[in-house]
Amino acid sequence: MDILLKGGHVVDPANNIDSEMDVLIKDDKIEQVAKNIKASGIPQEAKTIDCKGKMVFPGLIDMHTHLRQPGREDEETFLTGSRAALKGGFTSVLCMANTNPVIDNKGMVEYVYSESAKAGLINIYPVAAVTKGLEGKELTEIGQIAEAGAKALSDDGKPVMNAEILRRALEYSKMFGLPVISHCEDMNLSMNGVMNEGFVSTKLGLKGIPRTSEIVMVMRDIELMRLSGARLHIAHVSAKESVEAVREAKKRGIKVTCETCPHYFMLTEDAVIGFNTNAKVNPPLRTKEDVEAIKKGLADGVIDVIATDHAPHSLEEKDVEFDFAAAGMIGLEFALSLANPELIKSKVLGWSDLIRRMAVNPAKIIDLQGKGSLAAGSDADVAVFDAGAEWVVEGKRIESRSKNTPLIGRKMCGAVVLTIVGGKIKYENGKFN
Amino acid sequence: MAVSWKRKDLLDLESLSTEEIELILQTADSFKEISQRPIKKVPTLRGQTVVLFFFEPSTRTRTSFELAAKRMSADIVNIQTNASSLTKGETLKDTAKNIEAMKVDIIIIRHSSSGAPYLLAESISPSIINAGDGSHEHPTQGLLDIFTIKEHKKKISGLNVSIIGDIAHSRVARSNIWGLTKLGAKVTVCGPATLMPPEIERLGVKVTYDVKEAIEGADVINMLRIQIERQGQSLFPPIRDYSMKFGLDAEKMRYAKKDVLIMHPGPINRGIELTPEVADGPYSVILEQVTNGIAVRMAVLYLVSGVKKRIE
Ligand SMILES: [Zn+2]
Repeated sequence: MDILLKGGHVVDPANNIDSEMDVLIKDDKIEQVAKNIKASGIPQEAKTIDCKGKMVFPGLIDMHTHLRQPGREDEETFLTGSRAALKGGFTSVLCMANTNPVIDNKGMVEYVYSESAKAGLINIYPVAAVTKGLEGKELTEIGQIAEAGAKALSDDGKPVMNAEILRRALEYSKMFGLPVISHCEDMNLSMNGVMNEGFVSTKLGLKGIPRTSEIVMVMRDIELMRLSGARLHIAHVSAKESVEAVREAKKRGIKVTCETCPHYFMLTEDAVIGFNTNAKVNPPLRTKEDVEAIKKGLADGVIDVIATDHAPHSLEEKDVEFDFAAAGMIGLEFALSLANPELIKSKVLGWSDLIRRMAVNPAKIIDLQGKGSLAAGSDADVAVFDAGAEWVVEGKRIESRSKNTPLIGRKMCGAVVLTIVGGKIKYENGKFN
Repeated sequence: MAVSWKRKDLLDLESLSTEEIELILQTADSFKEISQRPIKKVPTLRGQTVVLFFFEPSTRTRTSFELAAKRMSADIVNIQTNASSLTKGETLKDTAKNIEAMKVDIIIIRHSSSGAPYLLAESISPSIINAGDGSHEHPTQGLLDIFTIKEHKKKISGLNVSIIGDIAHSRVARSNIWGLTKLGAKVTVCGPATLMPPEIERLGVKVTYDVKEAIEGADVINMLRIQIERQGQSLFPPIRDYSMKFGLDAEKMRYAKKDVLIMHPGPINRGIELTPEVADGPYSVILEQVTNGIAVRMAVLYLVSGVKKRIE
């Protein structure tokens, strides 16, 4: 069925569009984006949806999720993760390799494609491990992994501590054009740490993770990238000095890219006070100064991407002593509704800037052809967002199978009302198709 | 004093008001007398059950709480176990819910993880008393230290108190800092740079790495116990170096005021934090701390049990 999205505010930065337009979808592709598309040009059976007063974007792309399948289907599955994604306006996600078993060979890459297709809601692309079993010792079969269609390589959850191994991984992956996504953490500096090292960790008597643990690895990886000439993307930047290191590298012409996550532009270490395990995340929530630096990095384009680092954890992994609690929080359902007040309303970013960081740039970095754009002939992945809608986060209304978020009870600004994937309406006003 | 006690739990000194701290100290004063009697027992907690829930080995604090509860005629259950909820299968909260189901009134918990008592306080109804959580707080130790200082110096406000040792890992240091600064003392912390937690000066204390500076002019010196297990970790200096630089011996005592009080939360590593002549010397109030510990803990048991009764 063809779909006409009528009268919405279309934000399509790949094509310099930021105004009221109609979007016509034919089959699984974008047919046309224009003002007042005439009824005569539209097929009889086209479904017209009034988007007046709403925002229309290319479907969002999340470069960093943990979907827990296989191994922890009690925490998330391709199906439940897809529902959370649709509710957040995401039509494509990359899922990280730290499942059980690890996505570290061709067969596992194929498994992700075939199993996620059964959920059949969004596009799910696997990230494969850099090293076998995420052990940081032996490179995976990168050539075959690339052939099977992995979109990136990452040991995320852990760094590749051995610089020599990362160097060779970068050199080898370069032949196949695969970017390496780096989780920057010096494990010796962060050992046993459970939150940001600073005043709050001092007060609470919790072992701190110094910001330096992230910064030195960002700097190391930038240099390894320069040495190898490969593509490197830095995951979840949280510290001010990391933003500065990337800014300097870009000034020097190094084509490194990086992402941050909503929690790093809106929460500080203060969220941990009271030993709130839902605020335990890695890298840890930092200070007000870091939040400001992250926003500045987003505003001036040093930070290319906003990803969620969606990390579902069961209640048993969170409802324990802070030291023993798992790190991570879910994020797919909230990212856009947090960016709206924190970045758009506070004038850090314009809508086009935001959609660049949530759709255009991810598509570019992981080379997703026909995505992140509403140009004629692109894949018909579209999100419609009501920026004025307000709702409150409630555990029982969370789509993700896990409820680990410090946002419970918090008012959200803006809601996705419609998500179209491949020309099909997959989510509309709270209902999935 | 008009203030009345309204807390079900005693989790920390950070959240207590000055008046609440004063109330505990006053209450402890009246309980101290009971321990001097030939028959050291009052019926205050008769029919109430107190659980000593210790996830870390401790003889001193456990015995002190146990005696406090016994002298108030409570029924007592001891549970000694291991900290790791990961290896046990049952979580801390499960265990706590089970204890709650047995209809106990007060749970005294010691745990190696900072924050563990809060997890209990928010999920079960008995009163929770923190007997030391990780590196976070040890509120009754802080209170008994302050009580002991006050007995000797008659006031806290304006006193110079130096805390010397492994500040980073010390729950005793944190509770002392909160309590003493609330009551107007000037606190200095001193220890090796590797064992000094970041931004601690924001708690309103002075930081020095020079032990002489910490000793000079101090009205009270509280020597922390070092954990010898930490030896060999990168942050801990070799023991002999530590003891030479930060241990208190007769030589360093020459810088001290004539009426200084020497305190230690015990048990002492003799020859490391304190040489025997200092530990057993005339300035030492270490054994008085032990005696006062019982009175302070009786006061805390009394105050939280009163709240329980009013709620029910
Ligand atoms: Zn990561």
